[in-house]
Amino acid sequence: MIVLAAKRLVAMLLIMLVVSFILFSLFEADKMAVAGKVLGPYSSVEQRETWLSQNGYDEPFFTRYTQWVGGALHGDFGNSLQYKVPVSELLVDRLKNTGILALVFFLIMIPLSLTLGVLAGMKEGSWLDRIISIFSVLTTSIPEFVTATFLTGLFVYTWHLLPGTSSMTSGFSWKEMILPVAVLVIYDFGYVTRMTRASMAEVMTSQYIRTAILKGLPYKRVIMRHALRNALIAPFTVIVLQLNWLLSGLVVVEVFFAYKGFGSLLVDAALFGDIYVIEACVMVAVFIAVFSQFISDIGYTLLNPRIRFS
Amino acid sequence: MTETIKLDKEIPAKRESGFKRFFKALALMRESPVGMIGALIILFWVTMAVLAPFLPLYDPNAIMSPFQKIGAAAPDGGTFWLGTDHKGRDILSRIIWGAQKVLIWATFATFVAYVVGMLMGVLAGYKGGWADEIVSFVANIFLSFPFIILCIIIVATLGASGWTVVVAVTFASAPQIMRIVRGLVLDLKTRDYIFAAQTRGESPWYIMLVELLPNARGPLIVDACLRLGYTVVAIATLGFLGLGLPPPDPDWGLMLKEAVPLGAFAGHSMYLPAAALASLILGFNLLADGLREISLRD
Amino acid sequence: MSNTTAVTPVLECKNVNISYYTRAGEIPAVIDFNLTVLPGESIGIVGESGCGKSTVALAIMNYMGKNGRVKSGQILFNGRDLQTMSEDELRSIRGSQISMVYQEPMASLNPSMKIGEQLIEVPLYHENVTEAEARQRSMEMLAAVRLPDPQRIMDSYPHQISGGQQQRVVIAMALLSKPALLLLDEPTTALDVTVEAGIVQLIKDISKQFGTSMIYISHNLGLILETCDRITVMYSGEAVESGAVQTVFNEMRHPYTRGLFASIPLPGTNKNSRPLVPIRGQLPLPQNRPQGCYFGPRCDFFQAGRCDTQGGINMRPVPDEQRHDVRCVRFEEIDWASYRPTGLSGEQAEIGKTVLEVKHMKKYYELKDSSLMAMIKGKKVQYVKANEDINLIAREAETVAIVGESGCGKSTFAKVLMGLEEATEGEVILNGLELSHTPVQARKAQTVALLQMVFQNPFDTLNPSHTVGSQIARVIKKFDIESDPDKINQRVMELLDLVKLPRDFALRRPRQLSGGQKQRIGIARAFAGRPSVVVADEPVSALDVSVQAAVTGLLTDIQRNLKTTLLFISHDLSVVRYVSDRIVVMYLGHIMEQGTTDEIFNPPYHPYTEALLSAVPIADTSVKKRHIVLEGELPSPVNPPSGCPFQTRCPRKIGAICETQLPPLQQTATGHAIMCHIPLAELQLIEQVFQVDAA
Repeated sequence: MIVLAAKRLVAMLLIMLVVSFILFSLFEADKMAVAGKVLGPYSSVEQRETWLSQNGYDEPFFTRYTQWVGGALHGDFGNSLQYKVPVSELLVDRLKNTGILALVFFLIMIPLSLTLGVLAGMKEGSWLDRIISIFSVLTTSIPEFVTATFLTGLFVYTWHLLPGTSSMTSGFSWKEMILPVAVLVIYDFGYVTRMTRASMAEVMTSQYIRTAILKGLPYKRVIMRHALRNALIAPFTVIVLQLNWLLSGLVVVEVFFAYKGFGSLLVDAALFGDIYVIEACVMVAVFIAVFSQFISDIGYTLLNPRIRFS
Repeated sequence: MTETIKLDKEIPAKRESGFKRFFKALALMRESPVGMIGALIILFWVTMAVLAPFLPLYDPNAIMSPFQKIGAAAPDGGTFWLGTDHKGRDILSRIIWGAQKVLIWATFATFVAYVVGMLMGVLAGYKGGWADEIVSFVANIFLSFPFIILCIIIVATLGASGWTVVVAVTFASAPQIMRIVRGLVLDLKTRDYIFAAQTRGESPWYIMLVELLPNARGPLIVDACLRLGYTVVAIATLGFLGLGLPPPDPDWGLMLKEAVPLGAFAGHSMYLPAAALASLILGFNLLADGLREISLRD
Repeated sequence: MSNTTAVTPVLECKNVNISYYTRAGEIPAVIDFNLTVLPGESIGIVGESGCGKSTVALAIMNYMGKNGRVKSGQILFNGRDLQTMSEDELRSIRGSQISMVYQEPMASLNPSMKIGEQLIEVPLYHENVTEAEARQRSMEMLAAVRLPDPQRIMDSYPHQISGGQQQRVVIAMALLSKPALLLLDEPTTALDVTVEAGIVQLIKDISKQFGTSMIYISHNLGLILETCDRITVMYSGEAVESGAVQTVFNEMRHPYTRGLFASIPLPGTNKNSRPLVPIRGQLPLPQNRPQGCYFGPRCDFFQAGRCDTQGGINMRPVPDEQRHDVRCVRFEEIDWASYRPTGLSGEQAEIGKTVLEVKHMKKYYELKDSSLMAMIKGKKVQYVKANEDINLIAREAETVAIVGESGCGKSTFAKVLMGLEEATEGEVILNGLELSHTPVQARKAQTVALLQMVFQNPFDTLNPSHTVGSQIARVIKKFDIESDPDKINQRVMELLDLVKLPRDFALRRPRQLSGGQKQRIGIARAFAGRPSVVVADEPVSALDVSVQAAVTGLLTDIQRNLKTTLLFISHDLSVVRYVSDRIVVMYLGHIMEQGTTDEIFNPPYHPYTEALLSAVPIADTSVKKRHIVLEGELPSPVNPPSGCPFQTRCPRKIGAICETQLPPLQQTATGHAIMCHIPLAELQLIEQVFQVDAA
């Protein structure tokens, strides 16, 4: 168990290292291009060279890479070209906003999709199962920005109930949270619901559930004690891995609603060519993804006695 | 031996042509109404995409009168069946040409991702050991990027174009395909017919491509169908973020991006591409669901 | 069937019809089924796959799933119809009055609950007892099913104990509420022979000790003979014969029952002089059952007009016999005494020169131990000694059987022979060519062709994506037997003839074939390259009894005609006795005993062989068998015992020497070899395991 965790941790660090290297070579191998991005397209070659030597770019590539990694480990990703402030400051602020959005999303999505999934999977083929299944295919089929378009059309343009942007310029506002969270939940709950349903349905047809029923246990006990424990192992890992998916969704939703979060920061940086911000954002995103993978692996082992004790 | 075997008349002994088998597969779809709806939606869009050059459409990039309502008369005496956008371009034409574009690029990108992913998966699954470690590690690196973020990085480095989309989708999808194929191969390679092939000294590549891969096709067809849907989403999302296929050619995601801020005046220019996109993706998902249902049945 | 007795039967099935309702329509699974179980009686239901025997069990539990239903008839439990009971009533009966033991113990236990918790549920929900009392009773029951250390078992998860122990837990669970009726659905099919023997002994003792009525469902006639008072034989959804075990086994009246007995390798049958008689044809699918008698098309006594009447055949009592019923219109008139069906006999082929020789072959696998303890101790690599010092000779036209339970190393041995694994030490010599270190890819096509294999699982043996013909053709091409497409095709046809399948099967896909047919194609493929040695790894164990006989017959027939050497790997001593000339008994990677078939089946025995022989259920009332039940579990090959590998379970262990020293190989002049510390002379004195009544 501890060995497994240690192995995973090493693999995780290795991946982060490789990713950072790929990222750094992608964006900073060509020094002149970096200088061009920093000083603008109309800067002269001399200006660029001066800037490069002033900022330590004359060092060999590997030295620069190790320096960059060292800085990154201390939270120093340089200054944003677009906003002229340290990247770390920007990042902390934006991550906080995104964190709030994600938290509210999970608080609604997890109970909703687990309940629906268990209800659907309990009696495979029942009308409740069919309705839940069809509903969840429909909602997952529609990408976030399309859902967002329809919701905005109705709630903002037609009924004038909610604000169309969520930039929170005058402080935090629950009203501005509604649409982004709704879009994320609508897109995402279907997937988790379907996974939970599949897992529950599989457990319900298993032989040990037959044993439990033929032991004469009350149905409630069969479901609560025998089925749920086994059926919820798979959805747990799915939910944790959702973090990775959620990041993609967040990017779109934040851009759509102009929510000042991590995703919109990344897209702005990509459009502007703000390489230091891109580097920082991607490293953070990959860290979240890899870490959630780690948690999901460990959690799966902990939840599954068959693996835990072997 | 006295055993006599009754020949089952219903089972045709001859191998059927691919054409006939295709129609048989289509007939099978009748068993799943959900899949049928999906197939019809896709068929509709494919037909539109194929017929685009032959339909009496305005040039999708021609700038005429802006903000025309649905069914408004065009200056040249024709009709804007679905109105025009903020720049005065015919929406119907843009949607149909957009369908062609997204379908071509999505199919191509998915195909490339599949070729790469399958080879990686079969190699990792069948060979095991170091080959598996290396391939899996490479895959894990790319899997650790959230999909859209990987696309953003690739577009940010290579610049926006159809080919960039293909590269982005390959990098993002191939590792996932690899994982699926690897899992299937790990299961299939314990079968006796694989041992049989090994015991007659077949080469590893023969076993991988001839003995293993054809048996993994069921789940892969379902996955390919889903994945086409994802790719359409990815292309549209990139378009929406302004990182997709470059303008002015019609792109559903880009159309949405431009139309949403103006939704208060021209709802149709926002709803129509959204509906087109939703329906196409729904089509792929429903078809995949139907195929899965049918494949589980026998 | 209307035998009026004063006692109320525990269970009575009256004219029960059960159907499954699928998209394709109604599929009758059980037709006109009658059964009476008196208190304390144990009834065996026997039949081949798809005959409806498990459906009967589930119907008794009233658990038919979504699409199954008892269409008509009554299933009375203590006189009350289970069909009319409410969910609550059913629940109070299930697990307390009627309980069930299942085929796969591992799958039947909840993987994420401790065994203790799964056990105490039964008394907790059926009787008003405290948790402490329920726990106490569970512990007692675990002890009653002879599980060592009940406390430890209570605190374990199912996967932490062995398959045999799991099945004991399931039996304990079923007995906890002292049920009136116990259903056992193939309870030992998933277990090894020696473990099976222990469970069977337990089941017998239970029925004596608790007086529980039992319904024992099995495909194995021998097991029914050992455990039951009465038997019902089923065929394609119908009971075809029922009666007291002794009556049915000695004076069977239905042609199917007769055919079933003729196709199992009982002591006394022999491939040359007294061959098995397979039942021709195959089981009809439920949708394609013939009119009248379902067995009609396969029956030698079929009479048009009488056996294929509309409305089916009724079960009729045999005159002057107690509770013996047969579903056959002609049973009174069939003259069994003059019935001599033709078997698959043939002359014993002359055994020729040595073809295959294995000398001191060892195969060790490295096992990476990744636990924290191992890392701290620095002991990273463990070895699994899959094969230890294997010596073996096989001659032309000879059949050598390799017998052993799971983990004995027989499959590893096959892999080394085939060149899929490299031997760690020793030599494998095929036709004078040393092969132990030549992987199959490095062998020449002709060499590879010389050594081919028939696989165990018919559903796995053919690639579902390719036609049968193309798979055989590939072998012919690969081995350069022919290269011209027409000639290849010609050869494929010849091979189909050889395995007695119609030629147009070449164009079929594997899923259009039955299990037995697939296995025939597997045989055709193995013989396509004109091999000198064929390794058959449990070639018939996954097939139904009646099909087994046909496939075994075919295999030995071809082997005899082509003078091929056959290495027959099996766990089933009955089949092995029938087919082989010589037998090699393996246990945990070691050869414990080898010799001719007669030598193995007669003293001197190795104590393991002795136990193995006694564990084989025999469906013959005239055979008296000594019962030896081995204590303990099969050790894992990863962690074998010190000294003699069998010492942990050996009933004849002589002392410390067994625990410390690997026994010597004692050999007689004829080549009969036994690896044991007990001197041969002493082993010679052991009584025969089987005694056949002179009758």
